[in-house]
Amino acid sequence: MRPAIHIVSAAFALAMLALTPPATAAEKIDPVADAKAFQKFFTDKFPKLKPEDFVTGPYSMNEDLHRQWVEKEQFPPYEFSLEMGKEMFSTPFKNGKSYEDCFPNKGIGIRQNYPYFDDKEGKVITLELALNRCREANGEPPLSYVKDEMAALTAYMAYTSRGKPFDIKIPNDPRALEAYQQGKEYFYTRRGQFNFSCATCHVQSPGERIRAEVLAPGLGILNAMPIYRSEWSGMGTTSRRFTTCNSQIRGVPLNPQDDEYRNLEYYLSYVSNGLPISGPGARP
Amino acid sequence: MASTIRVRATSSGDTTEVQALIQHPMDSGFVKDAKGEIIPAHFIQQLTFEYDGKPVFVADWGGGVSKDPYVKFAFKGGKKGDDLKVSWVDNKGATDTTTAKIV
Amino acid sequence: MSTLKPLFASLLLIASSACAFAASEADYKAAYAAAEAANKEAGKLRNQWTTTASTLAAAKKAADAGDFDKAIEASKEAEALAKASIYQATSEKQLWKDLEIR
Repeated sequence: MRPAIHIVSAAFALAMLALTPPATAAEKIDPVADAKAFQKFFTDKFPKLKPEDFVTGPYSMNEDLHRQWVEKEQFPPYEFSLEMGKEMFSTPFKNGKSYEDCFPNKGIGIRQNYPYFDDKEGKVITLELALNRCREANGEPPLSYVKDEMAALTAYMAYTSRGKPFDIKIPNDPRALEAYQQGKEYFYTRRGQFNFSCATCHVQSPGERIRAEVLAPGLGILNAMPIYRSEWSGMGTTSRRFTTCNSQIRGVPLNPQDDEYRNLEYYLSYVSNGLPISGPGARP
Repeated sequence: MASTIRVRATSSGDTTEVQALIQHPMDSGFVKDAKGEIIPAHFIQQLTFEYDGKPVFVADWGGGVSKDPYVKFAFKGGKKGDDLKVSWVDNKGATDTTTAKIV
Repeated sequence: MSTLKPLFASLLLIASSACAFAASEADYKAAYAAAEAANKEAGKLRNQWTTTASTLAAAKKAADAGDFDKAIEASKEAEALAKASIYQATSEKQLWKDLEIR
């Protein structure tokens, strides 16, 4: 009697196991499909906007703000930082070399290719990281990722790429796909005591207000980086924005250029492929 | 040393529109640094735009004006090719001046 | 005999309050350690909250000033915040998909 029951229950258990989908079946990582869906979501939500309009962030979300921004672009507040960046870029290091020796095309008109996946190292390389590596390779101290100098340098490099569409590549390498996927997960993961994810503001609420600010859409959100923010009375890097966004939702920020942030930048840049670089930008 | 003043003046009809961006820290004297010490007040006290030897716009500023101030105004008069002189003095006695052509 | 009673009573009172004082500090240290451990766990999950850190700091400040009741209260709050941040990080491992644009 007993063994029969055992056999029956065992068979039942096995049958149940066969019916349930494998617990850890990895969903295929499909950046192409993701980017398509991402762009469609925003163009559907804002049918009056052309894809390239999304790179102006909140200014395309609000007519009054747009008017002010157009006026401001005649005399943009980032001009001083841009000039400083140009000067920094063309000043040689103590060893006689300069930034142009570290980058393809002497560092001009290449910003739209960053971040990229380095297959030797197996990680995502952002423009900010590449700049500091260039400095260190030439005996110079690295710059803070969240202060004016790095912002000025990346402002100049972005400026030389103005108008060029984002052209982020994800090689068919499981590590690159994983980094991309990590970045995507970060974007949608809620964090901080306020339990916000990047998507909470930039996917669920573009064009709406958070306190007095109008929220930018997630599409094209990095195209204008680095940005002169009136709130900062100065120029700020992507690193600065990521870390301050974290603390604003009461999450302790990670270190600038930590894996999570670089992967996030990889994801956000990739899904905006095709949209023009508009940096450096100005924001409220 | 590069001028701290960027100015653009465009004349249309009998009005000239002027935009200027001035590089200046405009420290109010109320902000503390990372060590907790007050950053001393350092701001432009007077900004003057002159056309044909006469002031067309004078601003008396205090610490409430933000860093790298932007100014936009229009005045009656001004012809293409004429000079517009811009100058400022700050609370430390420093000055800068520049002259631009009205376009 | 009767004159000793109030003296004995007050001695007892002093002794008990002294005991309560000492117990509070030990209780605080235990509560603080628990909160710190939870926050460290949250750190491993890369999801600490700024309010956890500030509440821990407030607990320490109160303890330094000798107010162990307040310090214990703050420590317990910090532990709750840290645990909430752990729960958030763990559950978001699956829940992020709910927000994803597909």
